[in-house]
Amino acid sequence: MSGRIVGQSVERLEDRALLRGEARFVDDISFPGMWHVAFVRSAHAHAMILGVDVSAALDVPGVHAVLTMADLEPHLSDRLLRVALPSPAYRQELHRPVLADREVVHVGEAIAAVIADSRYIAEDAAALVMVDYDPLPVVSDCRDAMAENAPRAHRDAPHNLAAEFDMGYGDCDEAFAKAAHVFRENYWQHRGVAQSMECRGVVAALEPMSDVLTMWSSTQTPHAGKRVLCGLLGRDEDKLRVVTPDVGGGFGPKLVFYPEEAVVALAAQIYGHPIKWIEDRREHFVSTTQERDQHWDMEIAVDAQGQILGLRGTLLHDHGAYTARGVNVAYGSAAAITLPYVIPAYQLDIKLVVTNKVSVTPIRGAGQPQAVFVMERLLDRVARELKIDRAELRRRNLVAGAQIPYKTPLKTRGGMQVVLDSGDYPACMAAALERAGWEDFPRRQAAALAKGRHIGLGVANYVEGTGRGPFEPVSVRVAENGRIHVASGAAAMGQSTKTMLAQVVAEQLGCDMSNITVVAGDTGAIELGMGGFNSRQAVMAGSSAHAAALKVRQKALHVASHMLQVGEQALEIEGTAVRLKGGGAQVELAEVAKAVAGLPGYYIPGNVEPGLQATEHVIINDMTYANGTCVVEVEVDAETGLVRVSRVVFAHDCGRVLHPKIVEGQIIGGIAHGLGNALFEWMGFDENAQPVSTTLAEYLLMSSTEMPPPIEILHLESPSPLNELGIKGVGESGVIPMTAAVASAVEDALAPFGVSIAKVPINPPDLISLIHGASQEMRA
Amino acid sequence: MDSVADTRTIELRVNGKAYSRPAPVRMTLSDFLRHELKLTGTHVGCEHGVCGACTILFDGRSARSCLMLAVQANGHEITTVEGLANGKDMHPLQAALSDHHGLQCGFCTPGMLTTLVELLNDNPSPSAEDVRVAISGNLCRCTGYEGIVAATLDAAQKMRAGAGGRS
Repeated sequence: MSGRIVGQSVERLEDRALLRGEARFVDDISFPGMWHVAFVRSAHAHAMILGVDVSAALDVPGVHAVLTMADLEPHLSDRLLRVALPSPAYRQELHRPVLADREVVHVGEAIAAVIADSRYIAEDAAALVMVDYDPLPVVSDCRDAMAENAPRAHRDAPHNLAAEFDMGYGDCDEAFAKAAHVFRENYWQHRGVAQSMECRGVVAALEPMSDVLTMWSSTQTPHAGKRVLCGLLGRDEDKLRVVTPDVGGGFGPKLVFYPEEAVVALAAQIYGHPIKWIEDRREHFVSTTQERDQHWDMEIAVDAQGQILGLRGTLLHDHGAYTARGVNVAYGSAAAITLPYVIPAYQLDIKLVVTNKVSVTPIRGAGQPQAVFVMERLLDRVARELKIDRAELRRRNLVAGAQIPYKTPLKTRGGMQVVLDSGDYPACMAAALERAGWEDFPRRQAAALAKGRHIGLGVANYVEGTGRGPFEPVSVRVAENGRIHVASGAAAMGQSTKTMLAQVVAEQLGCDMSNITVVAGDTGAIELGMGGFNSRQAVMAGSSAHAAALKVRQKALHVASHMLQVGEQALEIEGTAVRLKGGGAQVELAEVAKAVAGLPGYYIPGNVEPGLQATEHVIINDMTYANGTCVVEVEVDAETGLVRVSRVVFAHDCGRVLHPKIVEGQIIGGIAHGLGNALFEWMGFDENAQPVSTTLAEYLLMSSTEMPPPIEILHLESPSPLNELGIKGVGESGVIPMTAAVASAVEDALAPFGVSIAKVPINPPDLISLIHGASQEMRA
Repeated sequence: MDSVADTRTIELRVNGKAYSRPAPVRMTLSDFLRHELKLTGTHVGCEHGVCGACTILFDGRSARSCLMLAVQANGHEITTVEGLANGKDMHPLQAALSDHHGLQCGFCTPGMLTTLVELLNDNPSPSAEDVRVAISGNLCRCTGYEGIVAATLDAAQKMRAGAGGRS
């Protein structure tokens, strides 16, 4: 399936500037005399704001303004950021205010913006802004939030239910009634922080000659941001431009539009002065959205052979304080849990509960890791109870290769049927098991145990919905100097988007990567766009790039055939020229581009539309489903509870691989994130919803010494039938099965103690308690 | 507020070039490099000394520029990521990171590079474990570190063989 460029691990377009320190991240943008913003943030998880005294801050030399909501409101069409995706499931509206002025509902919520000559002065002055709070009772734990006498996370709200819905199909009652066995378990996956190495940041400047307000933001969704800002500020679309500079990692939360973007853009408009705000790491812990707190109470029904008959239960999802995106994370969980397996009856009741914590929106995986954790934990329980090998139990229940395309009764959030379009799940699992030495492991395990070592092997399957539609536009234009310019609404945040687009285009237009420039995520370069999330950009933007490049190719060949007086069939594009196949007469792409730019009073050669360019918005409504199996080996120190991951085997199918190294990089990075979720990452809050982990010394990320030996990746390649290139997304796949696989392995290693893992992250104190016969601490 | 506005003129060499500049006494070295000298290749990831993105070479030793004040650099020699290439020719480590996909978003990369240049100066034949330990104080959220370790071993091998970088 490989082409000359597509399918090859070509040098990334992004690398040189990044390696030489010449990249341009948002904090690298500066204007002479630029002003800087520091935000005053709530110290309380829940309080009324009785007053804000900015006078001492205004007295600090170098301070230009201290803005509160009262200052902003006259310039805004709305006090609130109404960005929630549509859903009938909402039970109340929870839009974020641009700045909080009546009530604060989580620690870190922005109340005022101090604008000064330097960030140093702005931070000095921010400390002098006196906010008069009247603290209110706090909802810290979503499990307490629905109690009759629970305090309200928002004072005037009728309850703490943000949204509720159910998902399911089949007859669960009948399935459970006839089941040979029913098992019930509670599971919890804990909240984490995205921790892109670059925090968020915004620079905004008004260009006086054109009256265009430009916002550079470290965002995954510049076009969505522009839409929100145009509405809020009442600016015409052609008077506002949103640009993503180089972005130092996104991982989900940068897809959200934030209050700071509105405030900085508005301040630049009000004062006509360039203004910058750069989030610091402590702010990232309290103001950038988070994800993963979910409590599941689940039952599984199986027959005597372990065949799944039904799955039912409840999902309690910590929504945080506001609706910053939608019900999508919980929806993603509910729609993911069944996917790899044939499950005849399914019923899940889902409640999204408001807490006085940072709002919850997708982080890499977006609800799917939790669902996989729950499903795979349940299967391990069944296997243990029925004394069936864990892999064999899965084999009996996986959707078989011959069943693909497999039409599930589930629907996506937009109402499209979930159809597992490609792949061979049993073959994928078999490949992973074989590589990991699953069959032989009991012998190794017994030998290790004889020496007092506890080693274990775990397995988990996942199916990931990728390529969220409906489209992502790409334009391809050959300039009159022969350079090929590609622009897309796709936003690059480290996942090699520019390289991916250039590869797809180069394949059709000369195979010279050095002749291509890519602009990704600039509303000034292309009108429409969605941006980067949901493992979608290779699928959606890649498909549009392919279609646009083909059109330009067609046109170049057609025009060149007129210029060279030969048939199109005899021509090819090589390097920067259209030439006779195998060499001989040729015309440079530059000449073709000049010819179709037209001359007053003359025919355009070939009678084509002017311009050697095309813009395509390939529409693909259905998602394409990638899959994989992860096998993890661990060794657990039963004395200290320390878990060492000694091996990871990852077999996956993301369809056609555009760039093997980039695909592997995405997977390994996702695995590292997932291992962190499984073992280390803990965003702690106390009973007053005060965050207790607000530095990278308290919140532990995977470091190089915790990584297992090189990950063993096995590629299966079942092209998706849903797009021309056969691509499925891969950006989130690595993270999805990791907590499940690690838990399975730890449980296996500690089988002599009968330990059962129901919560991640798995920390040493919990493990010691479990080894000593206690149950896992299920309170935060 | 007078004391916070105090400045001292400092003299230092950065990437071989001599500078004499006033520096506010409370300005961090990272901010001085980035915003006063406009050497924005050095990145600031946490400002509390944990992530390692801001690592520079201070008289040849790796140091967190976010945990130092600019005035502490008076009379010292600093190398940042901008000083690693030899003109158009990238340092072998830079070339190897590209070859092994040892960077994705690239935000942690400058700190990784300076840390690893120090390692290879100290130990031209590191093991994979040596490399992992050397970068254990440099956080990366994208790569899972594998490509970085492989690239360093490759660069070390090429440097021992006397190969230069490439443009």
